[in-house]
Amino acid sequence: MSRQHQQIHLAAHFPGVNNTTVWTVPPAGPTTTPGRCAPRSPALGSQIDFDSFAHLARTAERGLFDFFFLAEGLRLREHNGRIHDLDVVGRPESITVLNALAAVTERLGLAATVNATFNEPYELARRLASLDHLSGGRAAWNVVTSSDAFTGENFRRGGFLDRADRYTRAAEFVATARELWDSWTPDGTPRPFAHTGRHFTIDGEFGVPRSPQGHPVVIQAGDSDEGREFAASAADIIFTRHGSLEAGRAFYADVKRRLARYGRAPEELKIMPGVTLVLGDTAADAQEKAAEIRLQQVSPQTALLTLEQIWGVDLSGYDPDGPLPDIDPDPDSQLTQGRVRHGDPLAVAAKWRALSEEKGLSIRQTVIEANGRQSFIGTPEAVAAQMAEFVAADAADGFILVPHLTPGGLDDFVDRVVPLLQERGVFRTAYTGTTLRDHLGLPFPGERG
Amino acid sequence: MSVPTGTLHLAAAIDGDGRYQAPYYVELARLAEEGMLDFITLDDTFGPPGPGRGRLDALAALARVAPATGRIGLVPTVTTTHTEPFHVSSAVATLDWVSRGRAGWRVEVSATEAEARLVGRRPAAPAGELWAEAGEVADVVARLWDSWEDDAEIRDTATGRFIDRDKLHYVDFEGAHFSVRGPAIVPRPPQGHPVVAVAATDPVTWQTAARHADVVYLRATSPEEAGRIRDELRRRAVAHGREARALTVLASVAVDLADGEGAPGTGPAVNAPVALTDTPGGPPLYRGGPAGLAELITGWHTADAVDGFHITPVAPRHDLERFVNGTVALLQHRGLFRTFYPGATLRGHLGLSRPASRYALEREAAR
Ligand SMILES: Cc1cc2nc3c(=O)[nH]c(=O)nc-3n(C[C@H](O)[C@H](O)[C@H](O)COP(=O)(O)O)c2cc1C
Repeated sequence: MSRQHQQIHLAAHFPGVNNTTVWTVPPAGPTTTPGRCAPRSPALGSQIDFDSFAHLARTAERGLFDFFFLAEGLRLREHNGRIHDLDVVGRPESITVLNALAAVTERLGLAATVNATFNEPYELARRLASLDHLSGGRAAWNVVTSSDAFTGENFRRGGFLDRADRYTRAAEFVATARELWDSWTPDGTPRPFAHTGRHFTIDGEFGVPRSPQGHPVVIQAGDSDEGREFAASAADIIFTRHGSLEAGRAFYADVKRRLARYGRAPEELKIMPGVTLVLGDTAADAQEKAAEIRLQQVSPQTALLTLEQIWGVDLSGYDPDGPLPDIDPDPDSQLTQGRVRHGDPLAVAAKWRALSEEKGLSIRQTVIEANGRQSFIGTPEAVAAQMAEFVAADAADGFILVPHLTPGGLDDFVDRVVPLLQERGVFRTAYTGTTLRDHLGLPFPGERG
Repeated sequence: MSVPTGTLHLAAAIDGDGRYQAPYYVELARLAEEGMLDFITLDDTFGPPGPGRGRLDALAALARVAPATGRIGLVPTVTTTHTEPFHVSSAVATLDWVSRGRAGWRVEVSATEAEARLVGRRPAAPAGELWAEAGEVADVVARLWDSWEDDAEIRDTATGRFIDRDKLHYVDFEGAHFSVRGPAIVPRPPQGHPVVAVAATDPVTWQTAARHADVVYLRATSPEEAGRIRDELRRRAVAHGREARALTVLASVAVDLADGEGAPGTGPAVNAPVALTDTPGGPPLYRGGPAGLAELITGWHTADAVDGFHITPVAPRHDLERFVNGTVALLQHRGLFRTFYPGATLRGHLGLSRPASRYALEREAAR
């Protein structure tokens, strides 16, 4: 297969808890297509009703996507000592909703984000193997390790693990789950297992026979050095934020290089950044729409709050349309709880200040400018070309699309971009297998030798 | 304490050791739904499977069944000993969301050392202690279901607020065995509280059942014995400040319709003696034909011994099919059992009202 025809993998991220799902006013554009009714406003859909999940999953399957993806959070975020009330919030438990989605889809992979800190291997391995059986081999587990005492207050095990231990536990967790998944004989008899390690000492017989994929597909989300190493040793997919062409290429090269250390080939780990997209009939139309969406996502209140999350201090006296505060962030602040912090606040603040000064941006404009994820913005032709370019340039193996609308956020992509990717020969025109491993071209575990 | 004979409730187990594929569960659930049963149950345990007899997570299997059915209640067993109460609450609430108000869960404990070693978190404990803990789990789970008031989601464009945080509540549960801060991450489920079931077949469970369950199955071989146990359970429920009618009491019966009489109407009326065989470890066994079973159910129900039956078909496909097409059809013919679902939720089938959030009530009262 020539490099230009490298196949793209696609996944759909259900827009769950965040400030990026637009719920305030109907979007412009796609709703004007004849025959398609405008989403109701302000309730554009629901982050919890099953219909919303079913619609997005069916759309993804109609578009022949590899998998459908759900994130997880185990404690409602707080800000300034109170529950954060500006974001879309409230979500179902992932594995349960994915089992239900298995009933309304046939081929689509079903990926659940589940924390390795607040679960036990036997129970989770059992739930994931059950999903794999009930979906006919479509299960995936996104192993996340974020943990803190704040989230721990909801759990028996309470407390938290420090940074280094989170990954030793996650690595031992995944290894233990694999021992369990491998423990039945091919003729359907449980073999006793015994695992003794630093975090888990368990033994017995696993209750679920080997599942259709052998092991559910393992995804890792996390960008740190330990995270990358863990992914290189144990994951089938890595979900990253590195979405720009340059950052993507560097990340791709770094992660793929690590695989050899574990005796793995580059194709055995797929790199999939999360990306958003905005389609328009012309480039200008798409840009205009994207700008409107950014304004909806970053309300004046959200802008201030985003800043407070970095500065770690109460900034409620500041004008969102005014300049950035000249005070320094408090790096040890507990102002925001339950949100993963990315980077050192002092460094982030310095970067933002530079950006704001250089371009003369207000608080709200700075947040919009600095916080935008990698987006594909343009006509369907342009977006298809960009995606193909990313993959051909080794900046990604595919994308996890994060729509800003629930549940209709992928309809346009599937109707207008997927056919163009197919014409270019970079995306499948039919599912050629039934399991998620088939879609991803991943080896069946045990056959790796 | 005597309560007048009410609606007859029927439920069936669709247990299937060694069944790993969705179509099996969907087929049985649909069959039970054709029979207008209140709900199906699916058993579960972490315990060692035995050769060829593994099992899937029951809640997962019934979540898979939910979109493939429309009305029938879905009650998986969910164990409380080695699980996180917060996860249990989220999973059962989610089953309620994906089934649009048809979820329940049967509370069960894991008492064996073998189960404890699978998780390795703590050693096995005596059943009494585990059932007390199961009660705490049921308690905190219900609090978490209440922790979002029904109208907490506001989507207020003017202020940019998606939720009204005054309508979200910390549960701050401190039990003997664990603590949970809350609120839930899953919004309040459609039924408010999914239905809580306890197999009260062993007196060790009675206190927890009387305090927390909406549905109990008891173990009795005669209507007199069943009535006595029901009275005892209701007495204890009342002692916990609940109404006697808050408990729906079902008799647990294993059903083997393998070679009994043919379908009703096809042969002469049956008046065979109808009795249950005591079987150690399992529910009492009925062996015979579908019409005989209808006689038994009618007899117990008319004697006002129980509110209904939870049957466990010995051979699920065959016995459930004969139960629905034979026994249920006959009970419907006699006007004893519904011929359509008047409502869409499991609480509706059971005649249970939808509870208000305790925190909403407190907030109202404080105003
Ligand atoms: C793209 C991406 C998505 C993530 N999604 C989740 C999530 O849904 N739930 C969660 O608890 N953590 C999530 N995380 C956080 C990671 O689990 C977290 O970064 C990890 O604990 C720390 O990993 P790191 O230090 O290697 O980045 C996500 C991280 C990334 C990069």
